[in-house]
Amino acid sequence: MSAVERPLIYANLRQPGYSIDLDCYLKHGGYEALKKAVAMKPEEVCKEVEISGLRGRGGAGFPTGMKWKFLDRKSGKPCYLVVNADESEPGTFKDRQIIYKDPHQMLEGIAITAWAIQAKQTFIYIRGEFQHGAKILQNAIAEAKAKGFLGQNILGSGYSCDVVVHRGGGCYVCGEETGLIESLEGKRGYPRIKPPYFPAVLGVYNCPTIVNNAETLAQVKQVLTLGGAEFAKIGIPGDSGTHIWGVSGLVKRPGLYEIEAGKATFGQLLYDFCGGPLDGRTFKAIIPGGSSTKILKFGERFKGKLPNGQEFDWALEDIPLDANSIAACGTGLGTGGTIVLDDSVEMIQALANLNAFYAHETCGQCTPCREGSLWLSRISKRVVAGGGRDEDVPMLLDIANQVAGRTICAHGEAVAWPVQSAVPKFKEEYLESIRRRQRGETVTAAQLI
Amino acid sequence: MSLKPETLAQADAIIAQYPERRSATLPLLHLVQEDRGHIAPEDEAWIAEKVGVTPIQIREVVTFYPMFRLAPIGRRHIRVCRTLSCALRGSYALMESLEKSLNCPRGETSADGNFTLEFVECIADCGCGPVVQVDHALYENVTPEKAAAFSNQINNSLKDANYGKNKPQPGTPEWNG
Repeated sequence: MSAVERPLIYANLRQPGYSIDLDCYLKHGGYEALKKAVAMKPEEVCKEVEISGLRGRGGAGFPTGMKWKFLDRKSGKPCYLVVNADESEPGTFKDRQIIYKDPHQMLEGIAITAWAIQAKQTFIYIRGEFQHGAKILQNAIAEAKAKGFLGQNILGSGYSCDVVVHRGGGCYVCGEETGLIESLEGKRGYPRIKPPYFPAVLGVYNCPTIVNNAETLAQVKQVLTLGGAEFAKIGIPGDSGTHIWGVSGLVKRPGLYEIEAGKATFGQLLYDFCGGPLDGRTFKAIIPGGSSTKILKFGERFKGKLPNGQEFDWALEDIPLDANSIAACGTGLGTGGTIVLDDSVEMIQALANLNAFYAHETCGQCTPCREGSLWLSRISKRVVAGGGRDEDVPMLLDIANQVAGRTICAHGEAVAWPVQSAVPKFKEEYLESIRRRQRGETVTAAQLI
Repeated sequence: MSLKPETLAQADAIIAQYPERRSATLPLLHLVQEDRGHIAPEDEAWIAEKVGVTPIQIREVVTFYPMFRLAPIGRRHIRVCRTLSCALRGSYALMESLEKSLNCPRGETSADGNFTLEFVECIADCGCGPVVQVDHALYENVTPEKAAAFSNQINNSLKDANYGKNKPQPGTPEWNG
């Protein structure tokens, strides 16, 4: 059966003539979900989101309703909503669409969420490079405030919430929620240690804080529009709604594809939606959910048991596009940013490219990550430059093994996972790359580092 | 050279948005950099006073974030994404071409002061790689074959009196920037 897209988040912004102004949004049913929400009690809104089964779209996939429940209500301190619009995971470009083409959808989700958690104020932490995107949001906020959808006394409810757009400084680790909070407080984006700094307890200004991804907020709007129970019917049990797959790299039609969770496979995504490999090429591997997720190789078999007990035996092409199935194959749905590599790619160069990224982006707080990322980058670069030795391959793995699990934040895992997953799968090719250079043969593969 | 009066005038409104004034550090740094082109020591001192910290605490922030710079750059700031998705689509070959046609080595400013050419990490437009940010605008699908035309375009923009002043239209590089 051929798979089809199910645009939910992108339904309006893809229509010809759809624009970012409030009038256009209102013509498409905008802010009706907010009206519904403020007619409900905040805890009822939270309940709807919980029933919907919505999982966060920032990469970790944590249930949104449950996250909101963790808010420390006993402290008596005000609580804050922080929107993570840092979109910094390589391979991820989904939130950009919402911000640049349908900002009010996200703002409506923000207003609903702020009401639900009774946030005192909302901050949208947007990546610094989205200069015009920040202006679009600021204008949209002003429009929404003028109509009473945000700001003072939202829709006559007596509840007020201001939204501030805050630009980052081009730093990957500020996409990590506690690094983001430090950055928002005007400091270096050094992630905080958990415990005690769980944002829901000690977040921005040491007050209870909810940090949600930009798309998650747009999904919250959809939850309220449809109702939690109806939303839960989209997708599959355990992973409801749609996922926006951002496919980049070596396919015929890279781009964004919004698909109902679990209703298509990687094979359908890559062949039917993306048109298959470039002419004369064959697929070699994918990094499924942003650069930090573990690499999958074409030709591998994936066997095991799903959380519901169902046994599976899949080729890469057979893996269903839902969080649980992908996790069962030893990697993650992450942000849905799939990077595709084909047979023209020299894998050691692809690894060196990512190693360079993580070495550049480590904040330097934790020794294993700071030193480990640098050494992984140096060694893989040296191999590409022709100075490799056979023992470099196990050394890469050894270093990666000493980083994961030994750091304050998940940047350590992000550094380690590409190496830990790729070395066992491409060891022979890495060795061949080393030896080819030792023999003085020319490398014809395109340069990636 | 001092900052424009309109830059100085915006500071208090920015600070007032936050429950704690130190939060205004990054916004004020962006504000200053967009005016002067870089962050000067006097700017750090001014921001420090405004947000209630010492100048070294501002320097700490400036040196952490790749977007902030302590020295002037060329008239056009060209940032080529080098992370994997763009690299797979040819950003390294593109960079080599641009280095030659703009007569500017990567990571440096050209001798005539016209260009600063840099590799940057992922700017979140991976489906349209290679992407290149030129000042306020984001160019998509700048494949190595388009390098010559692209550098001509950047060169010509030096003579454009309205550069950066037009209102962005949807779907254009200025809009996407």
